[in-house]
Amino acid sequence: MILVVLISILFFGGVLAWLSEGLDSKFPRVIALTAVVIDLLVMLTLLGADAGDSGWIVQLNAQWMPRFGISFHLAADGLSVLMMLLTAFLGAVAIGSAWDEITEKTGFFYFNLLWTLAGVIGVFTALDLFLFFFFWEVMLIPMYFIIAIWGHENKNYAAMKFFIFTQVTGMLMLISILALAYFHYVQFGWFSFDYVDLLKVNTSSAIEMWIMLGFFVAFSTKLPSFPFHSWLPDAHSQAPTAGSVILAGVLLKTGAYGLIRFAIPLFPEASMTFAPFAMTLAVISILYCAKVAFAQTDIKRLIAYTSVSHMGFVLLGIYAWNEQALQGAVMTMLAHGLSAAALFMLAGGLQHRIHTRDMDHMGGFWAKVPRLSFVALFFSVAALGMPGLGNFVGEFLALLGAFKANIGLTVAAAFGLIFASVYSLWVIQKVFHGAYRNSDFDDSHLADLSRREMFYFGAMMIGLIWMGMYPQSFLDLSAGTITQLLNETGQVLFAVGQ
Amino acid sequence: MTMTFDDLLPLMPLLIVTATSVLAMLMIGVRRSYIVTASITITGLLAATLVAISMMDSTNQQITPLLIIDQYSLLFTVLVCASAMLIAILSFSYFFELDDHKEEFFLLLTIATIGAIVMVSSNHFVSTVLGLETLSMSLYGMIAYPMHSKQSAKYPLEASVKYLVLSAAASGFILFGMALIYAQTGTLSFASLTDLPMAADSLGDRYSIIALLMITAGMAFKLSLAPFHMWTPDVYEGSPIPATAYLATIGKAAMFVVLLRFIRVSDALSFDSMVMALTLVAAASMLVGNLLALLQDNLKRILAYSSIAHMGYLLLALVASHYATGTLAVEAVTFYLIAYVITSLGAFGVASVISSSEKEFDSIKDYRGLFWRNPWLASIFIAMLLSLAGIPLTVGFIGKFYIFLAGVESDLWMLLAVLVLGSGIGLYYYLRIVYRMLMTEKHKIPYRVGGVESVSAYGVLAILLFLLLLFGVYPAPIMSLVAAASAFI
Repeated sequence: MILVVLISILFFGGVLAWLSEGLDSKFPRVIALTAVVIDLLVMLTLLGADAGDSGWIVQLNAQWMPRFGISFHLAADGLSVLMMLLTAFLGAVAIGSAWDEITEKTGFFYFNLLWTLAGVIGVFTALDLFLFFFFWEVMLIPMYFIIAIWGHENKNYAAMKFFIFTQVTGMLMLISILALAYFHYVQFGWFSFDYVDLLKVNTSSAIEMWIMLGFFVAFSTKLPSFPFHSWLPDAHSQAPTAGSVILAGVLLKTGAYGLIRFAIPLFPEASMTFAPFAMTLAVISILYCAKVAFAQTDIKRLIAYTSVSHMGFVLLGIYAWNEQALQGAVMTMLAHGLSAAALFMLAGGLQHRIHTRDMDHMGGFWAKVPRLSFVALFFSVAALGMPGLGNFVGEFLALLGAFKANIGLTVAAAFGLIFASVYSLWVIQKVFHGAYRNSDFDDSHLADLSRREMFYFGAMMIGLIWMGMYPQSFLDLSAGTITQLLNETGQVLFAVGQ
Repeated sequence: MTMTFDDLLPLMPLLIVTATSVLAMLMIGVRRSYIVTASITITGLLAATLVAISMMDSTNQQITPLLIIDQYSLLFTVLVCASAMLIAILSFSYFFELDDHKEEFFLLLTIATIGAIVMVSSNHFVSTVLGLETLSMSLYGMIAYPMHSKQSAKYPLEASVKYLVLSAAASGFILFGMALIYAQTGTLSFASLTDLPMAADSLGDRYSIIALLMITAGMAFKLSLAPFHMWTPDVYEGSPIPATAYLATIGKAAMFVVLLRFIRVSDALSFDSMVMALTLVAAASMLVGNLLALLQDNLKRILAYSSIAHMGYLLLALVASHYATGTLAVEAVTFYLIAYVITSLGAFGVASVISSSEKEFDSIKDYRGLFWRNPWLASIFIAMLLSLAGIPLTVGFIGKFYIFLAGVESDLWMLLAVLVLGSGIGLYYYLRIVYRMLMTEKHKIPYRVGGVESVSAYGVLAILLFLLLLFGVYPAPIMSLVAAASAFI
């Protein structure tokens, strides 16, 4: 029940925010923040709870469309809770970043923001594959509106590309889901879309591979991974700051979550056959996108490409499919969620102040805005994988686990860490050091970070340091889920090996 | 065969609509009053809808060899009568300012509805032709209706003549096909087709294939399936919006029910060449419809091309019904038709509300900034477009879900691939309209500011939006209704 409450607070908060705009254009942001903070507090109550025998901390199962055995089945385990906490935390941060930036049509903006978050929480908790797909699509439409209405100069193109990429690959996933449900029907005589039921379906290996690919394409588009990543730089560079925060911090993680929860456990054999290809794609993402990032002059595009590169480590860790690698992938998801969101907020903040994203026009900002520059340095260093911060723990564990699975690819992937240092420090050098010049922009609004901005950047810094210094508190939460997933797939793979 | 009073009871919806048309005609003769004629029509159609709903559980009867009144035909009778009623309400505000005789439009609309009811209840070639021609004849009049209107920039007469000529040719095809079948079997009932000679290379077999293909081609024309789709965009564009809406929803749905019953009862898909033909037509429609819609700037033309694509999706499920063991594919067709009617009616309804017979706003430029100016209307329109695109929370998604499931069940992987491709292309032109509405207004567009007469039209849109969301979020009741009805096919 608590999961329904979590989702409905956001749904109805969104509606309320939209309606309240008629009274005062400042009400929606207050309502939105309240809703997200309440959600966050409710989620914290799940932390102490014990998973019990089923492995789920909370569960809700109600009939929805009995004709096809579709149920409204929500459940959360440690992994879901971690992802939901990230979602709510970044949701609050995103509202903070939009606080002054969004001045037009505020009601509809916060409506869309909250509905996106509601969809994401649905994705992280749905255990019925139909319901999962439902939420998967529901979170796209509000995101489309956020980019298409409050975006920058080329917003129509970016929003359209984002929508078509995710929607078309989503349809491939829908076909896979239906095929799986149909094979369940053939095998057991009744339709079911329930995760637990579908885990039991046996299919011939050729078909299993095709069905698995349907899921993989959808998830790796969202992740994104080479070669389906090209929507991301456009979407990020055109989206308003809050949109980028949600996109980089939360939406990308739904792809990784889908791989861990659905793609591999449902098709362990096909996934393990496919793993070398997936890991190769991951390494290409890491190296190629790091290289492309280095060639960007638009600061938001650059951060977008680094996102693809970092998510490559997640993909690598997931397909290595052992405990360390999976822990690393989950840790990278969390840490990258914070660091990428912070970097996009800094880039958005800069654009808001000087109305350009072109790094060729920037330089020597340290003297003018020391607090902003320090924060930027902190998050760049976090992103490049400095020991002591969260990203290091994640990427290190992912590589450690991947090393057991495939030595050659892991060695290649490790070069990504070096590339990351190169482009991160290059950005710092270019934007914040050197001689200050303002010939290309009007610097009358170039102010340092306000107290409100320092507050949420500070919160994110504490998060990253916590993850880096005491990662065990996060690893403990996801450990139960990961062990269970490994056990289930291990049994199947063992049976095949016999 | 004599008809008894018991035979008349199941025909109640048909009789009510017929009586409505007579009453409306007499009323026009006695005294011309726009509002009275409209009220008679709307009340009559509402009564027919309610009666059909009340009969649905208990009636399953063949009335003369011509008409079958079962749960399936009643389900579509409800759909046809309810849609006709909603279109009548939309027409009331649309034609309010027409400076010509306006009352007869309702007469034509009612008579067309008689034809549609006959079609959805038909399992005999004679009733098919009677229904089809009653529907088409009325449509010619409805399309050309505002031809004397001075300010209307469109070409209703051109559209009407185009539809008349091409539609008559298509009817010719259907009739010739029927004649060939009659020559071999000696009866005109759909069921007789199962007696057709099936030996591989007999002369009779070749006749039957030609006959089936001719009938299918004629029906494909009426459904605007590629490659018989050429007339669609021109006729849609030239017609007044209520007539377009009628043609696009009731006209298509009634024809598809006939096609479905014909194909299922006659087992026509046991001929491989028929399967091949329908597969090709389905694939061509999905691609042609979606690709050509990309190039359009006129809302009605976009909806015309998109309807071609949607008929292609439906045909996929029809082909699937041949391979499937259960009724799933038939349910898919049924549900998708319901979804399509609700959604198209909503999309045309929005255009109708801001337009009038004197000035139509049907260029997508006209919709720029609508979201900021009239958020409710624009939200309804966005919901309808997303439903056409098959996005969740809307009934269109559940419809797509059915079609996908039917395709998967029957292993139609190639057609499914075309469906994904087509839907992907489709997103672009739907989103293009959505984006227009989200843009900020450049200059004020002089929409009609509706008076009292358009309040009811807004009510129609509200009903359609409610159904769209209800069937999209909680479809379980309608699903079981569709499943029960589909068992009769």
